[in-house]
Amino acid sequence: MRLPPFQNLLDAHARDVHRFLIATVGPIDADDVYQETWLAALRAYPGLGDASNLRGWLFTIAHRKAIDHARARARRATPVPEPAELPEAPAADGRTTAPDEDLWAAVAALPDKQRTAVALRFIADSAYAEIAMAMEISEPAARRNVHEGLKRLREERTR
Amino acid sequence: MNETNHHLDVDMERTLRAALKAPAAEPPSIVDTVAAAGLLDVAYARHDSPVGTLVLARTPQGLARVAYVEEGQEDAVLQDIAVRLSPRMLAAPQRLDESRRELDEYFAGRRQAFDLELDLRLLGDFARRVLTATAAIPYGEVSTYREVAAAAGSPRGSRAAGNALGSNPLPIVLPCHRVLHSGGGLGGYTGGLERKRTLLAIERGQPADA
Repeated sequence: MRLPPFQNLLDAHARDVHRFLIATVGPIDADDVYQETWLAALRAYPGLGDASNLRGWLFTIAHRKAIDHARARARRATPVPEPAELPEAPAADGRTTAPDEDLWAAVAALPDKQRTAVALRFIADSAYAEIAMAMEISEPAARRNVHEGLKRLREERTR
Repeated sequence: MNETNHHLDVDMERTLRAALKAPAAEPPSIVDTVAAAGLLDVAYARHDSPVGTLVLARTPQGLARVAYVEEGQEDAVLQDIAVRLSPRMLAAPQRLDESRRELDEYFAGRRQAFDLELDLRLLGDFARRVLTATAAIPYGEVSTYREVAAAAGSPRGSRAAGNALGSNPLPIVLPCHRVLHSGGGLGGYTGGLERKRTLLAIERGQPADA
């Protein structure tokens, strides 16, 4: 197996993995889960049998780490407001929050599966088959999660 | 889904792509975490020098590779290191600071010997003997393929010694440029003869421009 230097993966995908994790576990915890994701990837990397879809492989790991993180947080069972990860929009100068921040907040407030599917679709640019692979669900279910997520976001914005 | 909803979805998709892909904060470096977990098999850096761009690669044991990089060949050089050492490779220039500093001093004529830990895993047994003999040639002096072969325990192996020197994974640091033909000819060099001339000139007290 002729694997490229791991740095190539980092150069190509670091930003998208980071954004995906900000959307799924929130900006406060994203950095930790980001480190865990790359550690797990690097640990498994030399034994990888198939290097044809490294991006899909990376996002599968990122998704698993995001789930592990959510479970660990649930186990700690500290009363965390739901969703816990919303960044307080900086409104110090009296402006309302920027539209992008509203949208990030709305994405963060989606149910887990919809949020993950939407993040994979629009941050990682994943095909539905890749979303299905990363989330370990069927392709129709992946499609449904994206569309239900979109629908909910649209309703939020037109309210 | 009806037609109107479809259009709305397309709008929503466009908005989402634009918003979620907007430049966010630079992701944090993973180098320290990876090194602490013992997973940084190879740290590398590129380094500009009077003999062109170099790629330097080190393992936890020490400097394992100094590679001359020809124009447009950097990816190939890095891929070769991944195959020969490990694909667990990250760009981590600060982990090569000491090597880079000593090389700079050498190029400036201010350093005659390197004080670096080396990882010789890319050398076979014979090459290791040949290059150990080569490392004993003092700064500013030269030897011959025949003498180096003899010192490596293979008096008739000057051609084999030449091959071993030609595939030196640590040029400059293991000074194969100090080995010439018995007749006085320059011989060959892993980075081409122009570089060999430059290095020999530096050691004669004619530092090159960095």
